[in-house]
Amino acid sequence: MTVQERPGAAYQPTPPPAWRPRTDPAPLLPDAEPYRVLGTDAVAGADPQLLLRLYAELVRGRRYNAQATALTKQGRLAVYPSTTGQEACEIAAALVLEEQDWLFPSYRDTLAAVARGLDPVEALTLLRGDWHTGYDPREHRIAPLCTPLATQLPHAVGLAHAARIKGDDVVALAMVGDGGTSEGDFHEALNFAAVWQAPVVFLVQNNGFAISVPLAKQTAAPSLAHKAVGYGMPGRLVDGNDAVAVHEVLSEAVARARRGGGPTLVEAITYRIDAHTNADDATRYRGDSEVEAWREHDPIMLLERDLTARGLLDEDTAQAAKDAAEAMAARLRERMNADPVLDPMDLFTHVYAEQTSQLREQAEQLRAELEAEGGDAAQGAHGAEDEAR
Amino acid sequence: MSTATARQTKPATMAQALQRAMRDAMAEDPTVHVMGEDVGTLGGVFRVTDGLAKEFGEERCTDTPLAEAGILGTAVGMAMYGLRPVVEMQFDAFAYPAFEQLISHVARMRNRTRGAMPMPITVRVPYGGGIGGVEHHSDSSEAYYMATPGLHVVTPATVEDAYGLLRAAIASDDPVVFLEPKRLYWSKADWSPEAPAAVEPIGRAVVRRPGRSATLITYGPSTPVCMEAADAAQAEGWDLEVVDLRSLVPFDDETVCASVRRTGRAVVVHESGGFAGPGAEIAARVSERCFHHLEAPVLRVAGFDIPYPPPMLERHHLPGVDRILDAVARLQWEAES
Repeated sequence: MTVQERPGAAYQPTPPPAWRPRTDPAPLLPDAEPYRVLGTDAVAGADPQLLLRLYAELVRGRRYNAQATALTKQGRLAVYPSTTGQEACEIAAALVLEEQDWLFPSYRDTLAAVARGLDPVEALTLLRGDWHTGYDPREHRIAPLCTPLATQLPHAVGLAHAARIKGDDVVALAMVGDGGTSEGDFHEALNFAAVWQAPVVFLVQNNGFAISVPLAKQTAAPSLAHKAVGYGMPGRLVDGNDAVAVHEVLSEAVARARRGGGPTLVEAITYRIDAHTNADDATRYRGDSEVEAWREHDPIMLLERDLTARGLLDEDTAQAAKDAAEAMAARLRERMNADPVLDPMDLFTHVYAEQTSQLREQAEQLRAELEAEGGDAAQGAHGAEDEAR
Repeated sequence: MSTATARQTKPATMAQALQRAMRDAMAEDPTVHVMGEDVGTLGGVFRVTDGLAKEFGEERCTDTPLAEAGILGTAVGMAMYGLRPVVEMQFDAFAYPAFEQLISHVARMRNRTRGAMPMPITVRVPYGGGIGGVEHHSDSSEAYYMATPGLHVVTPATVEDAYGLLRAAIASDDPVVFLEPKRLYWSKADWSPEAPAAVEPIGRAVVRRPGRSATLITYGPSTPVCMEAADAAQAEGWDLEVVDLRSLVPFDDETVCASVRRTGRAVVVHESGGFAGPGAEIAARVSERCFHHLEAPVLRVAGFDIPYPPPMLERHHLPGVDRILDAVARLQWEAES
């Protein structure tokens, strides 16, 4: 029975009184194609100094990924989630921020933290296993590398919101992977950011897989950048292997946030060339041909070819970048080969501002155990390591 | 009350004392921010934040989107930047979506960063039953919080403590889960909001009623029930001591054990389920520390180990005076055996 056929069909329901579109969705929509710069005339407008810096940092980043992966094989790192193939995103994220800005990395984004200036050894503390965060986040304006997925995103929103309340010129850039966009915290962070118009930029590195699960099984959205529209913020789609394009898009988003324009969601299309971590077998979920296709779209190669064609990069400059990267790797290797000095009594030091009587009792128990083992606390730690070897 | 002239006392409710504590903290410290669902214009569904948005502006007392993980997650970022967020979870069971933020970040951030990044966040959780709430409005989740290292867990039982403990929680450089016994929101005491009692340090239990025959160890909403039980027990010749823990973490072993050593008998009373509940920990601690002083096993009077019942049945679930007196009677087991 249709509405017309019902008795009393003269009744005409009115539309809900309060409804009106809150904002025009059209300007928020991402472009159909990921934004690209390399190989187009747009590169000519870029600052040559910036281009060469991006190049040197990409080369250094690639070498860092290789060195860290090698350290896992030597047992010097418990685990390393590589960003080989994703260096353009990592480097751009670090370089677009001013000193007072904050970076909120995920567990995969060690490289972004290092590119922002963090000591490479301090950045690897979590992955080596001597402590959870090896640096003072406030000193570097880099939040702890976050292991749970997307939970650092609301932190970025809160920090950006607090900075704006205090009247400080601070932008927060928060990094997350494609898998992380399925988490509830991703949703809540974007919603809070848009409602509060917080000066925050969300960078999704869509590298194709959440461990083994491909994007098609992760989301039915047209793109991850499209999700922005639902929150009332602009979504931007960029070729994540085009370092210049990522830098440009993130710079615009950061500038927008800085001038009070609110948050932006940037999706960078990239690819994880290595497995999820050294403990993962990527051949179980993806084929060689796919990986090879992405190797042909390598971020360093793309930049190198473009800069060489434009006469901005010669062999000497390229070699200098490689030498600098090699020297960084050698220093990192050497420093990571030294055993960290650990004090087991630190287990109780930073649980509360003031130790509870319960923890004091347990600390005494451990102290007695260490004394029974012989020697002071720090020696006790080395003793345990010697035994393990 | 030292000087009656300086302190004009009049009946005040626990909700008013809590509101006053936030107001005073906000007035003294511009970094204190109150946030949560409905805390602004409405003043909270229990009116505990009434007037704060009007007095301090919506930026200091913020109506957030309805999202507990987002409320606590953004509070983490605010604390990272030097603010002191006081967040409200509205009802006990509404806090569960925020558990990952609480456990993975709020509780661990100080430890994770070797003390570089403390989390001075107060998480206000109205908890417990007895108000006729429907499902998800009456849970007692303190055992979850107690089992999480890095959190302080505090719950007041009196109007004075509501003020003092909340001031202490907000001033604390560590995160505090502040459990508000919602059925005591409207409990009253003669109290002077103009010159409130001194701020209690977190971690100290108090003897609410001295006694010689046995100790009732309790906290929050069960405290008045235990006081009533102690009065009733007098008729049967039992002189009960009532210890109000006030702070579940840190736990005041000293006050509790001193009391049990005096009385030789103990009953732990709480609304939350008994199995792996707070009483399990407390009974174990007391047994370990006071074994030679005990005349009887430490007993527990707790809620049943069931999902919180519908309101028409909750009176059968909540530990009442009779159930406490039955336990006290069982403390004579040695004489019988």
